[in-house]
Amino acid sequence: MAEVVLSQKRLAAGSTRFCAGILSTARHLTVEQKMADYSNKLYHQLEQETGIHTGYIRTGSIFLAQTQDRLISLKRINSRLNVIGIPSEIISPKKVAELHPLLNVHDLVGAMHVPEDAVVSSADVALALASAASQNGVQIYDRTSILHVMVRKGQVTGVETDKGQIQCHYFVNCAGQWAYELGLSNEEPVSIPLHACEHFYLLTRPWETPLQSNTPTIVDADGRIYIRNWQGGILSGGFEKNPKPIFTEGKNQLEIQNLQEDWDHFEPLLSSLLRRMPELETLEIMKLVNCPETFTPDMRCIMGESPSVRGYFVLAGMNSAGLSFGGGAGRYLAEWMVHGYPSESVWELDLKRFGALQSSRTFLRHRVMEVMPLLYDLKVPRWDFQTGRQLRTSPLYDRLDAQGARWMEKHGFERPKYFVPPDKDLLALEQSKTFYKPDWFEIVESEVKCCKEAVCVIDMSSFTKFEITSTGDQALEILQYLFSNDLDVPVGHIVHTGMLNEGGGYENDCSIARLSKRSFFMISPTDQQVHCWAWLKKYMPEDSNLILEDVTWKYTALNLIGPRAVDVLSELSYAPMTPDHFPSLFCKEMSVGYANGIRVMSMTHTGEPGFMLYIPIEYALHVYNEVMSVGQKYGIRNAGYYALRSLRIEKFFAFWGQDLNTLTTPLECGRESRVKLDKGMDFIGRDALLQQKQNGVYKRLTMFILDDHDTDLDLWPWWGEPIYRNGQYVGKTTSSAYGYTLERHVCLGFVHNFSEDTGEEQVVTADFINRGEYEIDIAGQRFQAKAKLYPVTSLFTHKRRKDDVELSDLHGK
Amino acid sequence: MGRCCCRCCCPRGLWMLSAPCCDDRRMCVCPGPRRIGIPVRSSSLPLFSDAMPAPTQLFFPLIRNCELSRIYGTACYCHHKHLCCSPPYIPQSRLRYTPHPTYATFYRPKESWWQYTQGRRYASTPQKFYLTPPQVNSILKANEYSFKVPEFDGKNVSSVLGFDSNQLPANAPIEDRRSAATCLQTRGMLLGVFDGHAGCACSQAVSERLFYYIAVSLLPHETLLEIENAVESGRALLPILQWHKHPNDYFSKEASKLYFNSLRTYWQELIDLNTGESTEIDVKEALINAFKRLDNDISLEAQVGDPNSFLNYLVLRVAFSGATACVAHVDGVDLHVANTGDSRAMLGVQEEDGSWSAVTLSNDHNAQNEREVERLKLEHPKNEAKSVVKQDRLLGLLMPFRAFGDVKFKWSIDLQKRVIESGPDQLNDNEYTKFIPPNYYTPPYLTAEPEVTYHRLRPQDKFLVLATDGLWETMHRQDVVRIVGEYLTGMHHQQPIAVGGYKVTLGQMHGLLTERRAKMSSVFEDQNAATHLIRHAVGNNEFGAVDHERLSKMLSLPEELARMYRDDITITVVQFNSHVVGAYQNQE
Repeated sequence: MAEVVLSQKRLAAGSTRFCAGILSTARHLTVEQKMADYSNKLYHQLEQETGIHTGYIRTGSIFLAQTQDRLISLKRINSRLNVIGIPSEIISPKKVAELHPLLNVHDLVGAMHVPEDAVVSSADVALALASAASQNGVQIYDRTSILHVMVRKGQVTGVETDKGQIQCHYFVNCAGQWAYELGLSNEEPVSIPLHACEHFYLLTRPWETPLQSNTPTIVDADGRIYIRNWQGGILSGGFEKNPKPIFTEGKNQLEIQNLQEDWDHFEPLLSSLLRRMPELETLEIMKLVNCPETFTPDMRCIMGESPSVRGYFVLAGMNSAGLSFGGGAGRYLAEWMVHGYPSESVWELDLKRFGALQSSRTFLRHRVMEVMPLLYDLKVPRWDFQTGRQLRTSPLYDRLDAQGARWMEKHGFERPKYFVPPDKDLLALEQSKTFYKPDWFEIVESEVKCCKEAVCVIDMSSFTKFEITSTGDQALEILQYLFSNDLDVPVGHIVHTGMLNEGGGYENDCSIARLSKRSFFMISPTDQQVHCWAWLKKYMPEDSNLILEDVTWKYTALNLIGPRAVDVLSELSYAPMTPDHFPSLFCKEMSVGYANGIRVMSMTHTGEPGFMLYIPIEYALHVYNEVMSVGQKYGIRNAGYYALRSLRIEKFFAFWGQDLNTLTTPLECGRESRVKLDKGMDFIGRDALLQQKQNGVYKRLTMFILDDHDTDLDLWPWWGEPIYRNGQYVGKTTSSAYGYTLERHVCLGFVHNFSEDTGEEQVVTADFINRGEYEIDIAGQRFQAKAKLYPVTSLFTHKRRKDDVELSDLHGK
Repeated sequence: MGRCCCRCCCPRGLWMLSAPCCDDRRMCVCPGPRRIGIPVRSSSLPLFSDAMPAPTQLFFPLIRNCELSRIYGTACYCHHKHLCCSPPYIPQSRLRYTPHPTYATFYRPKESWWQYTQGRRYASTPQKFYLTPPQVNSILKANEYSFKVPEFDGKNVSSVLGFDSNQLPANAPIEDRRSAATCLQTRGMLLGVFDGHAGCACSQAVSERLFYYIAVSLLPHETLLEIENAVESGRALLPILQWHKHPNDYFSKEASKLYFNSLRTYWQELIDLNTGESTEIDVKEALINAFKRLDNDISLEAQVGDPNSFLNYLVLRVAFSGATACVAHVDGVDLHVANTGDSRAMLGVQEEDGSWSAVTLSNDHNAQNEREVERLKLEHPKNEAKSVVKQDRLLGLLMPFRAFGDVKFKWSIDLQKRVIESGPDQLNDNEYTKFIPPNYYTPPYLTAEPEVTYHRLRPQDKFLVLATDGLWETMHRQDVVRIVGEYLTGMHHQQPIAVGGYKVTLGQMHGLLTERRAKMSSVFEDQNAATHLIRHAVGNNEFGAVDHERLSKMLSLPEELARMYRDDITITVVQFNSHVVGAYQNQE
């Protein structure tokens, strides 16, 4: 079949033509680093392959730090770049001055130098790629507009253009800032949440003695600007604090024509530029270019297949890094289309992390105004977006908010982080940004303590909840095929199980309760709402006797964690709740207070004792009130996700989306027990797991307890920190938290076994893990860590000593 | 109880000296500085002493009278804002009248002298009054309020985008009031400014009550019935108004029941008057009826009195003080302005070339308005023609020719005497209330009936400024509209810079941009158009630019002096949505 490229205007018009042409590998996500690295290598050899001049010059780039916090952020990136083989180093201001003669370095505390970063002429790169594609038989049509994409039975069948129809099975929406509209033009709309903002950069005439062509590119994020050498002069732009969103109402010819230079808007960036390079004063302006860039709600690009239309792929929303990501993203997408999945886990970039709920134009307009400045803002742990909030909330939102809840957002849903006691004040948002011990430390500590000693309630309504029912055995059959654990369990049992792909990797990690012989209740992570639905739909036969329903909105979920949860529930239900009567991983519909039909499950997602209550929303307030009033004498209090996170990481509970992804198998994270290879029927991923069982695993999720880390004074781990075993790099952490019981920081991460000679991956055995001395690299500083393959048992558990009891412990909370 | 406020600032005897003259610089033939003649420094408290350090002065405009008394007068107690309109003194200190015109002429030469010395004093010791820009901002922004009409999914169906409002006190406490509310049972939004005189009681009452009267007048018969039935059967009432209030805009809790009963009587009458045929409600008529009815109720409540002594005194204070009102009702493209008195509504129109022009939507009811003078003369016998308007004042006393309250200009002499005699002692002790205007033969001389102007909004009508005379006396309407217009359109009014072919270096461009930004910096300081306008009104120098030094001087005036240099200023700027207005136009 022929491959065809359609372009509305000239190829490589729009922001491709105008883009600043800076290729930088210094990215925050590893997958982004890898994409940029691939692009770099691709563009490097492009001129040789095609004979088209691409303007590729390996200038290197320097990222300046005006503050210590910025330097920490750069150091974190630096250590991650190094472990994937991209050279980079932290340098002193003095070295910066040596590398770039024109820079004012007096206000700098340091910088990061990435010598292999490059600049290109983006339009020429696009032409070279196009010409290479043409040579391989791709047809390219300029000035051809797509009217809509034709779809039959949920599968792309062709494209209707203003010049006629083209039959095809695959379609890639790469329409940049018009991708949103193009997605909606379908009969079955594809929502691609992105929005454009105006972006300005300055071009000057050349110096009298032109700058050397290999002068490094400068990124001064604290000054919000980038500066590159351009035809003997400079090119400089930035990401201002007050962006101008554009095209909210869609394609508007008027606005396109009005894309004018706005010097007043550019003034802060110009000031910043002249502060950084005072000698520029005398340089003559050539022009101020206004070229809109596209941004996404979470600052990460969008790629992958539409959840609703097979064969409809998307690659858009590059957040101003289109050139850096282009090559690598194109490669992953091509692999995806050919093999069905890319060679890297790209969940962070997957279109399916969004749903229609992020597609409101108002939401996007407001959110991108926050995202664009964020590109150059300091990225600190636990940052929450401030715009586009309070979209999805639990019915208890106001109650919890009034009790001091502070909120974070996931997939549009507000979730409590922690509860600020009335007598306590936290820092203002800006001041609370830190890489060190945060100001909520003691608050979460008391919540965790309460979970351990008494009982806490956490509103966990955001979890994705599906119900699968059938008239006969269809539900069980399909679930047995889709999930690795054995779901043919007695009614009332809960099964933790993975939804695996052919490679045995986790597409989803969920808990499934068998409500009756023919109906199942499935709980998955919040952001699985679109992905999991699409996956189930893809494999479920078209059978009217098999019903899949998204019941997320129907239930409010309360997590009662702690040893006294039993007492609270039995008092509210007049039913014995002890383990004899209500064993672990059990589900029963019962009454709580006046409300009947509450699904009570004996699990807490943390490894602590307690119950999840799935409450039909109309009863939510009642049940919450009852729980709180009865719980008072057991010392009940509200808790938030930060406490939950600390508890679950301390108990070595991996979460999908953070620790687990599509490339990790149950065997690699010690979950053999959740896989029933001999459950009597085939399931997706079984072959891969069988083979892995035979050959051994190449990586292993391990828990690390930091030993010589001072919680008060040292930088806190976050995620993505390199792990060193006997001085050798073996992998990266995936999540971390302070364990209040262990009184240590705990990190989870994967350990690989790279051959010292070839770098090839080798089998990782328990023995290999146990016989190593480990260190975790936090922003360049290494901390000793103990590796554990299984959670630390109660050995460490902190018992409250008698002398510690005080009168205030008698107070109700 | 209320006396304390004044006594601690100024010994009683001295105060009485100043009483005959008004402190209303513009209103009165004798401008304010006359009062500087009072040796205030002899006060036992060093409030106005030159030696006072600047930081303390800073707080003057922020601290209300009663709070001052709490700070300086330990023996005094004054717990509630509206009690500060204290009995014997209010009428004297808040007067807009000159009971004795001769005094005024007598003092005139002295004034200019004092003005002169005053001016010199500032010039010689400017640093004393110097406030830093953040301090100036905190004063200017203390009362600012903004409301944006909520936008749903990018589509705003209201012709009003929102409004900015602010007020700057000169009197202590401020006598101006403002209100804004959305009608919930009919469409449209109500906005108003109220300028009180002889105290704030009347303007306060009008600001709380008038919109309810208007909203009720606009309600269809069925809705009125529904509300009445709900009251009758004790069910929950339909909400009528959604108020948009600054925390400082308070409502009287004590009088709420009384006010409700009067309002209910009004709608009951409206229900009874209904002839059965459902007629289109005329907004103009509704506004006029509401104004008149409220004024009537104010008058009646004072005549009837209240068994509760606090309320009894309150209704009398409301009736004996006065207030002008300028109210706008916006519903789609229909804009009605009802005006009573000398506040003003000004429409900001953007011409095709981007320039701004002002369209006045209200007529001032004062001596400068010939038609008003004519009206007054016609309403009274010929032999009163000379006395009814004298020295540009009604009966030689009152500046506005229409107002709420002010029963001194409405009731017969008999009625006034009767009410005062049977009223509480505080009223009886009060020289002002007892005083009967000269040449008072054929009352009423004053009405609250508004003049209603209708304007159909066009896309070029960008905003409406409602403001009390405190603004209009310091700024020309054309300047007001230009400053707001340029503020609302932000930077864009400045011709955008384009390099286009010229040789410009980065340094030159930077210099140019910095200059432009400095010019706009006062705009950037304000998030509120009304605040921005006040900044100009108070701080403009002879070149029409905000002069920080002047601004800081004006704002650091001790409260007793402030009134001599400026009046209370209250401004509400309503911004219209040209897209919605345009869409209305296209529909037809």
